[in-house]
Amino acid sequence: MATLTLNGRPMTLEVADDMPLLWAIRDYVGLTGTKFGCGAGLCGACTVHVDGKAARSCVTPVASVDGKDVTTIEGLSSAGDHPVQLAWVAEDAPQCGYCQSGQIMQAAALLADTPDPSDADIDRAMQGNICRCGTYNQIRAAIKHAAAVNTVGRDGEEVSA
Amino acid sequence: MTTRRQFLKVSAAVGGGLLIGFRFGAPETARAAAGGAASGDGADVFEPNAWIEMHANGRNVLTISGSEMGQGAMTVIPMMIAEELDLPWADFDTRFAPADPVYANPALGGQVTGGSATVRGFYTQLREVGASARELLVRAAANRWGVPVSELRTEPGVVVHTASGRQAEYRDLVADAAGLEPPEEVFTKSPDQFRLIGKPTKRLDSPQKTTGQADFGIDARPENVLKASIARCPVFGGTLKSVDAAKARQAANVVDVIEMERGVAVLARDWWSADQARGLLSIEWDEGDLADLDDAAIEAQFRDGVASGGKPARREGRGAEALGEGENTVRATYRLPYLAHTTMEPMNATASVHDGGVTVWVPTQAQGSVQQAAAEVAGVSKDKVVVHTTFLGGGFGRRFETDFVREAVELSKQVGRPVQVIWSRPDDVQHDFYRPAAYNELAATLGDDGLPRAWVHRIAGPSIWSRVAPGMVKDGIDPAAVEGAADHPYQIEHIDVSYARVDPGIPVGFWRSVGHSQNAFVVESFLDELARKAGADPVEYRRRLLKADARERGVLDRAAEMADWGGEVPEGRARGVAVAKSFGSYCAQVAEVSIENGMPRVHRVWAAIDCGIAVNPAGVERQVHSAIAYGLTAALFGRISIKNGRVQQQNFNDYQALRMDQMPTVDVSIVDTGNAPGGVGEPGLPPIAPAVANALAGLTGKPVRELPIELDDTA
Repeated sequence: MATLTLNGRPMTLEVADDMPLLWAIRDYVGLTGTKFGCGAGLCGACTVHVDGKAARSCVTPVASVDGKDVTTIEGLSSAGDHPVQLAWVAEDAPQCGYCQSGQIMQAAALLADTPDPSDADIDRAMQGNICRCGTYNQIRAAIKHAAAVNTVGRDGEEVSA
Repeated sequence: MTTRRQFLKVSAAVGGGLLIGFRFGAPETARAAAGGAASGDGADVFEPNAWIEMHANGRNVLTISGSEMGQGAMTVIPMMIAEELDLPWADFDTRFAPADPVYANPALGGQVTGGSATVRGFYTQLREVGASARELLVRAAANRWGVPVSELRTEPGVVVHTASGRQAEYRDLVADAAGLEPPEEVFTKSPDQFRLIGKPTKRLDSPQKTTGQADFGIDARPENVLKASIARCPVFGGTLKSVDAAKARQAANVVDVIEMERGVAVLARDWWSADQARGLLSIEWDEGDLADLDDAAIEAQFRDGVASGGKPARREGRGAEALGEGENTVRATYRLPYLAHTTMEPMNATASVHDGGVTVWVPTQAQGSVQQAAAEVAGVSKDKVVVHTTFLGGGFGRRFETDFVREAVELSKQVGRPVQVIWSRPDDVQHDFYRPAAYNELAATLGDDGLPRAWVHRIAGPSIWSRVAPGMVKDGIDPAAVEGAADHPYQIEHIDVSYARVDPGIPVGFWRSVGHSQNAFVVESFLDELARKAGADPVEYRRRLLKADARERGVLDRAAEMADWGGEVPEGRARGVAVAKSFGSYCAQVAEVSIENGMPRVHRVWAAIDCGIAVNPAGVERQVHSAIAYGLTAALFGRISIKNGRVQQQNFNDYQALRMDQMPTVDVSIVDTGNAPGGVGEPGLPPIAPAVANALAGLTGKPVRELPIELDDTA
């Protein structure tokens, strides 16, 4: 059992302490945007934010998020308009789309820490997220796009999405 | 111009609608399924056999007659319809087609998404679907205004009377158009009139796929559904002997444990609880005949197959008899392993067996097969099975199969509730229908000009079609086993290609680009061996072996030009080239590779593709990236190995996938030949492994004769 804030909403998850957060979110809360890919923290499809940091929800026991703030893809923005989401659409990044919730959550966490990441930063942050469709080059472009929007946006210039 | 007498059908939809589609007879269940997925305002009057639904309130709905598994069906199918309908982009909603033969891909003869056939199969039909609808809207306007049809034209969304400038929006014409007889002749645009086709177009599903709203199979959640995790015999072909499920039954949230012929299912309120309880089962398997099978035994079977001589797949001139008629004869053995698909979305299906029928929610590439399988398992007729196709979290050929559907239907039937079966990743890796392994012996004799005069290729391996559709196998030749090998384009006087079907018992199935995924590697790598022997440049060597009008030349030249072939290469790197035709398209790639920490590193790939008319160039470019990533994963990491009849790998730690930091920079160029559309999802894959292998051979001086590439073992 855990009491937490999920996408801004306080709630109590009345499930076994060792149930992975992924399954509590999917099968009990009913939010399905967070995906099951490997069950072992190897692919990143299940990535969510726990207190703002990217976490693999498939290997995160519910008890460990007690008192914490959890954000899923559904809570990243209210209208799908987080800069990373907009950049993903602008760069036409998804293919099958299954891994993209996790990719986006990972990228959003990266940009929160590192607003203007280098290619090496992107490699480091994103290499835990597998995409079998091979959208990596589009993801890289989208991350740079989002970073440019953020960076240039601060200088008051306009960047087309 | 095409005549489609009797095929076009127009009928009224509620609220003054226009519904057009080809009519081949409408099963009632498809009507219900389409109605259920439609706008909900009087679904009973809707015909299901349609792609277009237009309402007087301006709402348009297009039916997507191919599965969306990342390749862009949901975008490119509307492009073809909207082009000819002159529908404003993207002024429509979409829905996935129900199971119905009317949605059969014309190139495949069934409702199947595969074979890189969505565009090339539907290109003519769907433009006619759009054009015929447009024709009726024009006629409705002509009738209303009392002017000849010839004085009218359409702009996106409107019919225009050119002389007067009078306009009518489609929405205002659909009620009238619905009452008109269908046209007997359909006029489609010439390519110079295209507004949408040929224009890079962004995917329509990105908003859903970036917000978590896109529903995949795993996201289906009918009321009262139970989640199932199934223990299957780890040995192929094994069956259940006995199970002690006492502990599992007592586990939290577990509702039931059900014995199946080949496994034991634990059903629980949530999937994790089911999967945890599955670990508490005490199972005894009858492991069957394959319990001793391992890689060495498989290889021995393959060698025996080649020794047996096999069946002739191609013979030119005197074939193998001409071998040795020259100073240089090169011999080599090439090996390829079994491969799993590892779609990101693990296999799953959700089924509800209820009074009188079955409803299935499933990410599938083969709706017709799903319907058939569900009907068989539930013991109902096919027309009692409703199939809801979800988004597919990857397909790659794995979702052509219906094993996971059968499981869900069987369990729902037994438990009397909807059941969702989800496979764990190890389930997925260990119970696949694998890309076949293959064993190849090659020999070639060079003439005085350094070019091969005799080419002999003996293939041994399992046969996919023997299981899927035995009629495809003729005179012992499975076309999937020899594609790209028997029909390679090189002009050689004496050719002898043979195939020996050897089936060690590991299930095999379609895997992105199928036989081309193996044979392009073998043919293109061996050809480079010959070029090296002849001291020839590999691009020039290929050009000399290709007919003057071969489309392979066009892509080869383009890729070479893109890469500045023959120009300077960064120190420590080398480049390799390969070209392959598959699924109606031609693709050449140049890969730039180095060796870092004993591993190949692919820095950059230049890819040229001739896929005929590129309906969505943006989609083409992304599919080439995608195919390179998938093929590179196989080339660098992919190996399913067998021991004691079991797959040794189980997850992304030991069955790796290419990751962000390993993805090369990719440049794609589309060679515009104006030919009819070819495939796109697969043709980018075959050249990558040999291009990388050939580059490595340039670095090490040793050919790469086995995948995945292991540098220490190359010899």
